Amino acid sequence: MDIKETVLSILNDLTGSDLSDNLDTNLFDTDLLDSMGSVQLLLELQNQLGIEVAVSEFERSEWDTPNKIIKKVEELMN
Amino acid sequence: MINLQPYGNPQYFVYLIIALLPLIIGIYNGYRCRWYQSLISLVFIFLMFDGPKSHQGLMLIFYVIWQWIIVGLYMVYRKKYNNKWIFYLAVILSIIPVATVKITPAVAPDQSNLFGFLGISYLTFRAVGMIMEIRDGFIKEFHPILFIEFLTFMPTISSGPIDRYRRWIKDYNVVPDRDKYLSMLDKAVHYIFLGFLYKFLLAHLFGSIIVPKMSAMAIASGKGLSWGLVGYMYAWSMDLFFDFAGYSLFAVAISYLMGIETPMNFNRPWQSKNLKEFWNRWHMTLSFWFRDFVFMRLVYAMMKNKVFKNKNTVSNVAYVLDMALMGFWHGVTWYYVAYGLLHGIGLAVNDTWLRFKKKHQDKIPHNKFTKCFSIFLTFNVVCLSFLLFSGFLNTLWF
Repeated sequence: MDIKETVLSILNDLTGSDLSDNLDTNLFDTDLLDSMGSVQLLLELQNQLGIEVAVSEFERSEWDTPNKIIKKVEELMN
Repeated sequence: MINLQPYGNPQYFVYLIIALLPLIIGIYNGYRCRWYQSLISLVFIFLMFDGPKSHQGLMLIFYVIWQWIIVGLYMVYRKKYNNKWIFYLAVILSIIPVATVKITPAVAPDQSNLFGFLGISYLTFRAVGMIMEIRDGFIKEFHPILFIEFLTFMPTISSGPIDRYRRWIKDYNVVPDRDKYLSMLDKAVHYIFLGFLYKFLLAHLFGSIIVPKMSAMAIASGKGLSWGLVGYMYAWSMDLFFDFAGYSLFAVAISYLMGIETPMNFNRPWQSKNLKEFWNRWHMTLSFWFRDFVFMRLVYAMMKNKVFKNKNTVSNVAYVLDMALMGFWHGVTWYYVAYGLLHGIGLAVNDTWLRFKKKHQDKIPHNKFTKCFSIFLTFNVVCLSFLLFSGFLNTLWF
């Protein structure tokens, strides 16, 4: 599975919705994600992709859409 | 001796803006005159803490030295090692002064003002936040002068908003371009006048006129529920909002004049549809600080160590601990702690409801009426919590 699919599947588990057609949806404004969900996201990224993201790095405005998350993860993987 | 309390009256703005004028002209022309900014900040901080407040001023100086040593040493340490116990130690040492100030009145009421000074808790948030970000490796340098400038940033020294070092330093190191700065000046003027309306008119009306009347009425009606008590609850809540929102507007406006985009503290809190939304709109820099440095870290630690099986238990426990800590931070009295617990439990209940609602979307009506009702309910729960917070029940009952 590539990064994009993995991120989308994690988001699907967390939010209960398939976001593959809504890659620019703001996850916080639409109440799909909250602080609790953010932490779960960070932990899942760690479990499934092996990337360590510290809570300090989680600046909401940089992680608020599926596209931005995918981009962030790709940066961190490299 | 002249003593000027921050944003105490309209004249203060005249003095402050005249003093800031050279800096403003400089920034407008693309240049931040740093030594002048530092000098003016120092003068105005001196004027807040001189004369009758000189004891507080002395405590401020000791406090800044204390934090400077802790944060500075931790930075030196962190560059080589990363032991979590040293990290905890640094956080505890950084919190000790404010904890002492908050706990002393509860154990030794006559000693209560020995170590405190106006703004101590806000400075603590900035310092502790820095230590945590140093631990995580996101603050890599300790700048001995800029650390002090950030910690005691003049417009926000007394009561926030609570900025973050990495955000603040980014603004400080650049000069906004002219268009951007003009729009910041525009906003600053708007915020100052809105702040006048809030603080000098509405907060005065509620705080100095209505609240005392309601207080007398409530006390005359005895310990039970009375119209006076209900009136007090609403009037005090309005006073709190207009006073603090007004102050926050001033602090943000003056920061803007200095070319620093201090974050806003309030975003129409009274239109919140639930408690969770309320905390995203009320005293935002405080609630976001607790969210990022307490709630999320607690949840992270609990999930990673699998303390509870159910993730909803994790978030509920974290809500209660997070808000109880916020209650304690206001002071060690039964009503502050009760206020924190009420909000913690409220957030847990709120989350449970939101989950239930999500599950049964198709069966739960969603229309204008339910929206108005949820705003009304949130408003009243919040006002009730502020009645607790005001300490008036303590006066009334004990």
